[in-house]
Amino acid sequence: MHEVGIVQSALDIAESQARAAGATKIHEIRLRIGQMTGIVPEALEHAMTVLRGGTLAENAELTVEYVPAVCWCVSCEKEFAPKGLFGECPDCRVPSADIRRGMELEIVSLEVD
Amino acid sequence: MCLECGCGLPGPTRIDGKPADEVSSPLVEGVEAPNHSHTHSHDGYTHSHDHLHDHEHDHPHDHGHDHSHTHRQIDVHQAIFTANDRLAERNRGFFRGMEVFVVNVVSSPGSGKTMLLTKTIEALGEDMHVGVIVGDLETDNDARRLRTTGAPVVQISTGTLCHLDAEMVARAVGGMDLKALDILVIENVGNLVCPSGFDLGEDLRVALLSVTEGEDKPLKYPPLFRFADAVVVSKMDLAVACEFDRDAALDNIRRVNPRADVFEVSAKTGEGMDAWRDYLNRMRTRRGSLTSRP
Repeated sequence: MHEVGIVQSALDIAESQARAAGATKIHEIRLRIGQMTGIVPEALEHAMTVLRGGTLAENAELTVEYVPAVCWCVSCEKEFAPKGLFGECPDCRVPSADIRRGMELEIVSLEVD
Repeated sequence: MCLECGCGLPGPTRIDGKPADEVSSPLVEGVEAPNHSHTHSHDGYTHSHDHLHDHEHDHPHDHGHDHSHTHRQIDVHQAIFTANDRLAERNRGFFRGMEVFVVNVVSSPGSGKTMLLTKTIEALGEDMHVGVIVGDLETDNDARRLRTTGAPVVQISTGTLCHLDAEMVARAVGGMDLKALDILVIENVGNLVCPSGFDLGEDLRVALLSVTEGEDKPLKYPPLFRFADAVVVSKMDLAVACEFDRDAALDNIRRVNPRADVFEVSAKTGEGMDAWRDYLNRMRTRRGSLTSRP
């Protein structure tokens, strides 16, 4: 959904961190993104190609670790892996409001020199 | 430009007819991004330190080909917020400081936002001071309708943009006396997609679904309903004429957002308005003790 805004923010953070560490080039930016954020990988890649020009990350790769979602079902009293964004329990069909994992949106590390 | 859909031609957003960047606002001017450095003193001497949040690990490695170079890894572990998220948080803090409860109302065009708000302001009564920011691409028709209630209204004309963002709201409150308000309602641009992606710094987000839109709208446009705290099913007076399947609609809302509080309302006949008004009052009171939006 906000792929352009997210990549822009990630690039801003990466550049300022790289500069603060005296780096002249960013080779890789590693992100962690949860399934429930609804981020579309292709849109992220595309945004990166468009936005990295003219930055320290001009030739950098975006490596993304996608985190599968885990929801809690109140009626079955167990965790389950939801399909898609709705978070419906596969056994009892009740939608879960308790997302325990899958909302991550984080810049993990950079590879620089 | 809208980061969601790419719409929006260059051209100024206007607030009550004036270009937005000419409207002064305490929320926009003179607020610098924090640099995470501070000064404090212990026992009579003063020092300052910078918080640089990076720790580096040098680990040179050889790539097994004829040139070897030194790559370093910088651990960052920082949550990514977009520029709008940051501005929205600033708005939220400002609104808290002003003790005004802020409601962001989103829906498709024509689902009855303006009518609902007009009647809500009346239902809240004279003791509750409500101000409104209303967003549209063009015209101040909605602002004029809302002004009939006596409430202060600011119109944002976005030109070609499909949603309001946190900065527009920060500008728009520049001319408002927030201290005199109990509730600030933001009527977003009628659009089922992009407004759901832009936090404005509100305490409560309300999505409208009119019975004329069909009961499967929440399934077709999940984000708008998913990120709402409350859903108002509007125009209930037309439900029979539209053969509105109430059970299916409520089911669909619940599928997309099991947490939302749901209200069935007709602003025209007054059906359900009491429950809706009481809910707003209750949420406003409860907000007093909360520190952040979940």
